[in-house]
Amino acid sequence: MRAYRLIAGMWIRSTMAYRASFLMTAFGNFAATALDFVAILLMFAHVDALGGFTLPEVAFLYGASGVAFGLADLVMGSMERLGRRVRDGTLDTLLVRPVPVLAQVAADRFALRRLGRISQGLLVLGYAVWALDIHWTPLRVLIVPLMLLSGAAIFSAVYVVGAAFQFWAQDASEVQNSVTYGGNTLLQYPPTVFAKDMVRGVTFVVPLAFVNWLPAMYVLGRPYPLDLPDWLAFTPPLVAAGCCALAGLAWRTGLRSYRSTGS
Amino acid sequence: MRLYAAVAAGGFRRYTTYRIATAAGVFTNTVFGVIVAYTYMALWSARPRLGGYDQAEALTYVWLGQALIMTVAMMGGGFEDELIERIRTGDIAIDLYRPADLQLWWLAADVGRAAFHLLGRGLVPLAFGALAFDLALPADPRTWLAFLLAVFLGVLVSFSIRYLVALSAFWLLDGAGVAQMAWLGGMFFSGMVLPLTVFPGALGEVARALPWSALLQVPADVLLGRHTGWGLLRAYGFQFGWAALLLGAGRVFQAAATRRVVVQGG
Repeated sequence: MRAYRLIAGMWIRSTMAYRASFLMTAFGNFAATALDFVAILLMFAHVDALGGFTLPEVAFLYGASGVAFGLADLVMGSMERLGRRVRDGTLDTLLVRPVPVLAQVAADRFALRRLGRISQGLLVLGYAVWALDIHWTPLRVLIVPLMLLSGAAIFSAVYVVGAAFQFWAQDASEVQNSVTYGGNTLLQYPPTVFAKDMVRGVTFVVPLAFVNWLPAMYVLGRPYPLDLPDWLAFTPPLVAAGCCALAGLAWRTGLRSYRSTGS
Repeated sequence: MRLYAAVAAGGFRRYTTYRIATAAGVFTNTVFGVIVAYTYMALWSARPRLGGYDQAEALTYVWLGQALIMTVAMMGGGFEDELIERIRTGDIAIDLYRPADLQLWWLAADVGRAAFHLLGRGLVPLAFGALAFDLALPADPRTWLAFLLAVFLGVLVSFSIRYLVALSAFWLLDGAGVAQMAWLGGMFFSGMVLPLTVFPGALGEVARALPWSALLQVPADVLLGRHTGWGLLRAYGFQFGWAALLLGAGRVFQAAATRRVVVQGG
């Protein structure tokens, strides 16, 4: 943790050397992530409901997924550069330092501009909470921060598994994008939009549905399309813990199998 | 001419090395295609014939977007990061001494890259889309040829925009911010997030007039048979006009930038 903080701090200072560029990229990050919400707004310029969900409801899903993914991206987003380090052999430098490799790789080129994505998600989530007519019970209030943090942990686990996979498939970082960015896109829309088999896949195989779909259906008072029991809405912390444990295992296996480049 | 053909072939060959990355990219494009296709189906079942497309045409549009995203470099990528790095480190001075035109050199390499991505990243997602969904692909080979020409012109426009982005590094030193702004424009106004025909009112008219619509919207409409006869020529003219204008602007900035390098070097 300390190592992570030190490395991240160093990269923040170095980013601030090009202040204009930082402001532009932070705004760019904000605007880039806002694009898919603009797409949703454009869709709702033509329809009143998408998959039976209104704009504030979709915004709730969108904001929750965006914040969770944004947090994971801020903390772990640099993991996708691992493949490059394996290819060019610079990973070796990290191995000889007396600091956990995972912390070094995760904090590498720590990019504060990714706050743009988080703030955009929070804005949309704020709009959704304001526009929705939810009957707020203590449980419903509690589940929102629980959902955001567990979601961030689940996405972080995906980043770590993806990085571990790159120890073998050195330049396949894009496969990871299909789960991270692809998963984020999927979760922005209501589960009713997708085929049942897809919903099953992201519930039971890659448990992305626990990032926002299951808890959000509880908050919104909607049934989950797979007729699962209500209490599953409260399991995201457990699922997140399981994912992180598995990711840790995958990371260790990957790191142990690492052989440096030949040349 | 032979030199630039060789550079283009080199650009093509260079990307054939990244086989695992290409396979990974194809997988990702396919996953995204499936996700976006379902959202479009939800939208088009609520509003049939939205933007003038029926559902099969809208789905075709989705998969064309996934097939062309790398070819016309809507997300950026390709040469500009490399060129920006060469400008930043000063290696560009060596390039300027070479007996080849800087802009044509990078254009040739980028055309080679685009050709590889059309085959490597384009065919499989489109074929998957056609198998898994009900698409409106034309049977007439002439339509496909017309489409390929539109894609080529789209690559020219895309290159000319990214070349201008890269040249900005001469003045800003760090081109990352400008590159991201251009990326944003490319993503939104190429029609990648939603077809530009679905954009309402004045926003739609502006979006369709901007150069980025030459990247995806125009080629997709050519394949869907919405531009025929004189309309097809007008569509080509639109793409070619933007390409000529932006390539010309690239020349002007390149000349100005070159003078700057000489001043710094002296």
